[in-house]
Amino acid sequence: MGFPVLSLTTFLPILGALLVMALPGEDEATKRNARWIALWTTLVTFAISLLLVANFDAGSAEFQFVEKRPWLGGAINYHMGVDGISLPFVILTTGLMPLCIIASWQAIERRVKEYMVAFLVLETLMVGTFSALDLVLFYLFFEGGLIPMFLIIGVWGGPRRVYASFKFFLYTLAGSVLMLLAIMAMYWEAGTTDIPTLMRHGFPAGMQTWLWLAFFASFAVKLPMWPVHTWLPDAHVEAPTAGSVILAAILLKMGGYGFLRFSLPMFPLASQEFAPLVFALSVVAIVYTSLVALVQEDMKKLIAYSSVAHMGFVTMGIFAATTQGVAGGIFQMISHGLVSGALFLCVGVVYDRMHTREIAAYGGLVNRMPVYAAVFMLFTMANVGLPGTSGFIGEFLTLMGTFKVNTWVATLATTGTILSAAYALWLYRRIIFGRLEKPSLAGILDMDRREILVFAPLVALTLLFGFYPKPVLDMSSASVSALIETYQSGLKAPRNVAAVK
Amino acid sequence: MNPATLPPLVPALPELMLALGAMALLMFGVFRGPRFVHVISGLAIALLLLAAVMVVYLPGGTLTTFGGSFVVDDFARFMKVLALVGSAAAIALSTDYFDSLREQRFEYPILIVLSTIGMMMLISAADLIALYLGLETMSLVLYVLAAIHRTSVRSSEAGLKYFVLGALSSGMLLYGASLVYGFTGTVSFSGIARATAEQTSMGLLFGLVFLFAGFCFKVSAVPFHMWTPDVYEGAPTPVTAFFASAPKVAGIAMFIRGAIDAFPDIAPQWQQIVGFVAIASMLLGSFAAIGQRNFKRLMAYSSIGHMGFALIGLAAGTEEGVRGVLIYTAIYVAMTLGTFAVILSMRRKVGYVEDIGDLSGLARTHPALAFFLAVLLFSLAGIPPLAGFFAKFYVFLAAIKAGLYALAVIGVLASVVAAYYYLAIVKIMYFDEAGEGFEPMSAELKVVLGLAGLINLLFFVYPSPLLETATSAARSLF
Repeated sequence: MGFPVLSLTTFLPILGALLVMALPGEDEATKRNARWIALWTTLVTFAISLLLVANFDAGSAEFQFVEKRPWLGGAINYHMGVDGISLPFVILTTGLMPLCIIASWQAIERRVKEYMVAFLVLETLMVGTFSALDLVLFYLFFEGGLIPMFLIIGVWGGPRRVYASFKFFLYTLAGSVLMLLAIMAMYWEAGTTDIPTLMRHGFPAGMQTWLWLAFFASFAVKLPMWPVHTWLPDAHVEAPTAGSVILAAILLKMGGYGFLRFSLPMFPLASQEFAPLVFALSVVAIVYTSLVALVQEDMKKLIAYSSVAHMGFVTMGIFAATTQGVAGGIFQMISHGLVSGALFLCVGVVYDRMHTREIAAYGGLVNRMPVYAAVFMLFTMANVGLPGTSGFIGEFLTLMGTFKVNTWVATLATTGTILSAAYALWLYRRIIFGRLEKPSLAGILDMDRREILVFAPLVALTLLFGFYPKPVLDMSSASVSALIETYQSGLKAPRNVAAVK
Repeated sequence: MNPATLPPLVPALPELMLALGAMALLMFGVFRGPRFVHVISGLAIALLLLAAVMVVYLPGGTLTTFGGSFVVDDFARFMKVLALVGSAAAIALSTDYFDSLREQRFEYPILIVLSTIGMMMLISAADLIALYLGLETMSLVLYVLAAIHRTSVRSSEAGLKYFVLGALSSGMLLYGASLVYGFTGTVSFSGIARATAEQTSMGLLFGLVFLFAGFCFKVSAVPFHMWTPDVYEGAPTPVTAFFASAPKVAGIAMFIRGAIDAFPDIAPQWQQIVGFVAIASMLLGSFAAIGQRNFKRLMAYSSIGHMGFALIGLAAGTEEGVRGVLIYTAIYVAMTLGTFAVILSMRRKVGYVEDIGDLSGLARTHPALAFFLAVLLFSLAGIPPLAGFFAKFYVFLAAIKAGLYALAVIGVLASVVAAYYYLAIVKIMYFDEAGEGFEPMSAELKVVLGLAGLINLLFFVYPSPLLETATSAARSLF
């Protein structure tokens, strides 16, 4: 492919960021211009990323739209490309960005220019993370994302924003630096950091264990898995609404994507060896964080804990290493991206009106906000995993995939769905149902057109994927089969690499 | 003099040019008085940059002269250009500061040029005597520079402290050199290498340890770092900026050449020492900086930490390791000079301020300044895609290849701790309420800050020039 569509998708937001930066002054006109430039940049980026979908050959497991240029020398190249596993995440990123910009339209009043710049830079880094085909390049994008997110939480966040932003930054950094050392060890072992080459390399069994652990340290923090999840509730609670959406919908997915892209195909022996550990942590995450979610007083915190629980299904499905499990894991991540993003937006809707996230401050909203109640209902159900919503497909597939491998784990995880119904429905009841008694709520207004515009695509996609998940599953099926094949052959024949070197 | 006994002077042309130029400037200053301070500063910068161009355009390959005690190879070229550019930038940083204090002295830029000559001799030194001569030429000027603000007690104290401790370290280095000479019978690095290849003795190792103690003092590595925070804080800020950049380059160059050229066959012995020094420096630099409120003192601990990271590459003892140190040093100079340009713009009506709390809300009052400082701080913390990340990347890459896993793991964890205090400054600038603004920046500061910031921000776009020159520089030592 001659035209670098993928690089254009990745770096177009930077161009928008530069434009926004060039705006002079701080007055209302500048703010308006900054918002519009950001919106148009993200929309055009989304449109270009749809070009990727249109030209994507779903029948092939190969990387497509590949670009390769010399960069750092010594077999470290600027190498970009997408396959069926990464493309859904790229689309999720570019698709959610315009919604985030619209959702921040009125909520962000201070330092609008800087806010838009941070979001646009973040978009470049996120798309880059999913489309990098070189480990060093991947690390660059993966870690670079910390800087804008740190600023988003710290500058536009809530009262404990400083604590939350530092915790977010340092937790993630501490996990990732070990991965960096592992990347270097892989470079000296294989002579390259090219991801497709490394997938075929076959590392010695003893080395795989250490490399797997180092990558696990990074992705487990990012995902996050129990017990290193504690940064997430803090970051979510303090971040502005759009920041929470990006955090839940995309940044967490980088961890799952990392397991799929690196841990399974590159370290199959270690993945198999450590699968019981992952299962155990996943089950703990599903059951324990669901219980924790039950007692939360803060709406965002509750949804944050539910995210940890849902990511438990993802890790469980991925390390079951069956076709259904992996496909379910991908689907669950996409679905959770839509649903948890929408839930944080739902919280944002009432937060913008009442400036509190405390559950006890609400009640009986259905009387004043019927549209909001309906939308919130849909996403609550999707979060629970009700059939007919996208949440169901993901959980069902991961459970089915795991059931074949480990019945006990699947059974225990199933109890998590019951608990998730408990906390989600209870949250819904306390906020929406009942009599509208609080005087402060008497004048609350239903969603306006701007907000409906934000939710409309999310509602449509959640229902569409609930009844007809084929588009996502088809897009990734060839790559998932290829992944499972690489994994299985890696288990059978750990190649002797001394000869290759 | 008989032309037959005159050594070839071509390799030392840049040094000779600098020395003659410095003398001419001195005469000019003495006779035309201090009214021409700015002209002298400008000429000194031009002289340094001209020397850098000459260094680049000297005949290629490895040149030696003065009976083999002065060597110009790609390694020397790389380090000399770095030291010259660092010195030139340090002069550029100083003019505005001394103007506002009404402390203009025409001697200042000339002293920096003289010190730079010492650095260049040090970088090219291929025997212990040349090394000592270069070191003392550089250091004696540094002592004077630390105390150049004569009316300030802090400055005089810094100068005295630096002088006493510096003399002590020179003594240790000389003692080590005499032991090495005593047990090998030669002062030239190649001769020492040949002698140690045949046999080593306890006395030689003793000499090695003393020699390395002297090296560590000059690059302010733990446990010979004690002078650094006090001198950094006490010296006038432009002098601190100079201390943190060019002399560090020369010190690192001396350390590398001394270790690699003179003692290649007992590498396992000194690798242990360097590894320990690197770990101790990284940890101290990371933890001790957390509590600092004075920006200059914080930068002192930061530089101790950075020297620790750079020495990881030397601890690897390989060509990749040396390449890592060279890349690290180059990027470190850019980061440090940029940061000091910011410290030098922290000027209010009442005078210069140095507390990091004075930066509060800088993103509101001076958005461009805050942006560049944030870039530099994230780069110092080693966060990709900024240049500081690549600096760390290449030293750790070498450490992993050499199998120094423990060193690498401690190093990356120390970098996480260090990230905390850099972030704390970003927090003050971006999250806190706006404080009183600063006086407008001078053009020289803007140029230095802008260049340093852009180098750090955009390094990843076009990294190959630095990577390639560092690679060939490292290769010339092996």
